[in-house]
Amino acid sequence: MPLLQTQAISKSFGATRALREVSFEADSGRVLALIGENGAGKSTLMKVFSGAHLPDAGTMHLAGEPYRPAGPQDARKAGVAMIYQELNLAPDLSIADNVMLGCEMHACGWLNRQAQNRRVREALATLGYPDLDLETPVNRLSVGMQQLVEVARALVMNARVIVFDEPTSSLTQNDVTRLFDVIRRLRESQRAIIYISHFLEEVREICDDYAVLRDGEVVGCGVLQDVDESQLVEMMVGRSVDELFPSVPHTTGEVVLKLHELATPSLPIPANLELRRGEILGVAGLVGAGRTELLRAIFALDPVRQGSVRIAGQLSSHHPRARIRQGLGFVSEDRKGEGLAQIRSIADNTTLSRLQPYSTSGLLNLGKRREAVDSWMKRLEVKALSTEQPVYALSGGNQQKVALARVLHQDADVLLLDEPTRGIDVGTKSQIYRLMGEQAAAGRAIIFVSSYLPELLAVSDRVAVMSRGRIREIRAAADWTEETVMAMSIRGSEADD
Amino acid sequence: MTDGKGLSQRSNALSVQALNSFGVFLALVVVFLVFLVADQMQPDGGSFATWRNVTVICAQTSVIAVAALGMTLIIISGGIDLSAGTGLALAATALAWALDHGHSATTAVLLCVLVGSLCGTINGLLISTLRVVPFIVTLGTMSIYMGFAKYIANQTTIRPPLDSVPAWLATLVSTNPNDRWFGFPSGVWFALGLTIVMSLVLRYTVFGRYVFALGSNEATARLCGINVPLVKTLIYAISGGLVGIAGLYHFSKLSSANPTSGLGMELEIIAAVVIGGGSLSGGQGSVLGTLNGALIIAVIGSGCTLLGFQNFTTDIIIGGIIIAAVTLDQYRQRRFAS
Repeated sequence: MPLLQTQAISKSFGATRALREVSFEADSGRVLALIGENGAGKSTLMKVFSGAHLPDAGTMHLAGEPYRPAGPQDARKAGVAMIYQELNLAPDLSIADNVMLGCEMHACGWLNRQAQNRRVREALATLGYPDLDLETPVNRLSVGMQQLVEVARALVMNARVIVFDEPTSSLTQNDVTRLFDVIRRLRESQRAIIYISHFLEEVREICDDYAVLRDGEVVGCGVLQDVDESQLVEMMVGRSVDELFPSVPHTTGEVVLKLHELATPSLPIPANLELRRGEILGVAGLVGAGRTELLRAIFALDPVRQGSVRIAGQLSSHHPRARIRQGLGFVSEDRKGEGLAQIRSIADNTTLSRLQPYSTSGLLNLGKRREAVDSWMKRLEVKALSTEQPVYALSGGNQQKVALARVLHQDADVLLLDEPTRGIDVGTKSQIYRLMGEQAAAGRAIIFVSSYLPELLAVSDRVAVMSRGRIREIRAAADWTEETVMAMSIRGSEADD
Repeated sequence: MTDGKGLSQRSNALSVQALNSFGVFLALVVVFLVFLVADQMQPDGGSFATWRNVTVICAQTSVIAVAALGMTLIIISGGIDLSAGTGLALAATALAWALDHGHSATTAVLLCVLVGSLCGTINGLLISTLRVVPFIVTLGTMSIYMGFAKYIANQTTIRPPLDSVPAWLATLVSTNPNDRWFGFPSGVWFALGLTIVMSLVLRYTVFGRYVFALGSNEATARLCGINVPLVKTLIYAISGGLVGIAGLYHFSKLSSANPTSGLGMELEIIAAVVIGGGSLSGGQGSVLGTLNGALIIAVIGSGCTLLGFQNFTTDIIIGGIIIAAVTLDQYRQRRFAS
């Protein structure tokens, strides 16, 4: 009998159907890969497991018993644990305190540390780490070890089903190896593991079964050995590559951006790069390879330690203001934290980097601005009630369009786009690819950072691969394959060790 | 989207904004009516809703209101200024000192406003260069400014000779019928004018957009090429200037200046902003709301006095109102977000 079973789970948010009749099973002693693109419904499904969302329809069974958690606490008690991408630890507390957080063993409020430590040690031993110092504050641990603490917490709660949400996204190669080791141990202990990811290589390495989600539906499931990579990709994307990546012909012109020995505290190895008008330069690499840091250095968002940046031949002083003035535009990968002022309106967010067209000696003409923003919203097909709607009320895809509208409104010559398609649906992605092509055709240059290799290779003219803070190699996109890009991203890191 | 539909949706978005300011105004009206009724039911009541009392309320609140205009700017931008109270007293002390030492009234008034904006500028510079949070910086300058005021005043109250105080300054918040000007003391009209100007600045200027942007997400502001340290310093400087002007009002009340009299005022100023819908996490607030917030505090104070409540009752009620106002605001926003 499968340990966790879902039958026809559906969930809607307003008019959006996030999950449609999702059914699958997770067996004990096996690792199930739940794969699908961003926006396919993986995170919604996970929230249904954890009790954060109640499904509109459908049932779940845990070891044959009906399972209908009313909240995260409920789910934990029933034995379903979540290991989120963003770890939920109290950074100043010790390993032991974190593992036992919320389920402390005590007598009338007095902690029974001995009993606690015994249990923590037991859990850590199951994971293969019996000798950790339990008193170490978790902020001294690497992200990988912190993850381990979270897994230990799940074990202390007697979790039978453990769900990992994109667990490797911020891990180094060593930590990934360690994590896979832990997952294998969990499998041996007859727990059911659900492994959410869109990295197929990882899935192949660690998982036994698969279920593919697309647009909220399960479009395929079975044993991993029975399918090959291309079949999985086709299930995930659901359409042929040509449809997804509209091609807009564009030709390259003169050099518009030139970096010379550019370095910042977070990009210590000096970078050199040339970018031409009408060119889309893709930047590939693992998380932590220095791609975001490179863009931040170019835009002078991090303090520049050495080197120079020339824009259209002109030396630029190292200030975001100077960069904007000389025609650079930056779209941050972190829409919430940095990219957008969430509680401000679409109009404010679109025009914040260039208010001059609507101001005379500091006074704003709001009507004129509203008209301009309105036409940008139409052009990018932003779905919103009005230009005055706050950005937090928009979907991820529409927020991303507002972020893009800002750099287009700014009339930037060089667009620095950091993961511009992360967390948005396939249709919007396709629109953004077309937009990028059109911008290149209009003589603008684009640096395009992405972790999703198919899009990177299809949209870019040249692709640079980074690893360990260094640009390893730049070639025409046609001269790369996903495998060679991957090999280069990893080989670089080995060469340094 | 057709034009007609676009218009109606636009007015929807605007009416939500209008509703937010209106809510605070409504609260003011409700508070006023409550005290009006309670006062009428008293045996010797009926003095609350008189023109005279309304004038007194407005005159009393104008010190707080003017300083709170600046505090609104700061709070919208995501900051706080705990030194507003002692800075205000320092400015008033400088004014009294100048008059006492035979300087002209013009010089003294200019000095007062200048000292206020200097205090603000120092706050702004410290916050943006040291990168220490505003709460701590202004907690420090709060004490520093009071120290300077004590030094200037030689630890006592400065009472400049009466003939050195120009008539307009002495009657700035005077409720004597002869000193009124279209029904109100001139200071009330001036405060109202400042409110309107600040309100326009926040809505219709580039600077105003930057203030909001800074408060809702400083990283975004930086990324959009906004000179964050400059805008921050400017915000605190302007606010300091308003604190200086509030210092004029403060001096005018008694035609004297006590260097420690500003202690605690900063909390009343912040309370006015918060009751008026300003969010301490930044990005939200309006000067009209703040003005209403200041009036609510003054109405409660006046009402309690006329009803014969003791001073402590007023404190308790105002404290309750602050918590209620913020709770209500959060509740409303959560509903608006979903």
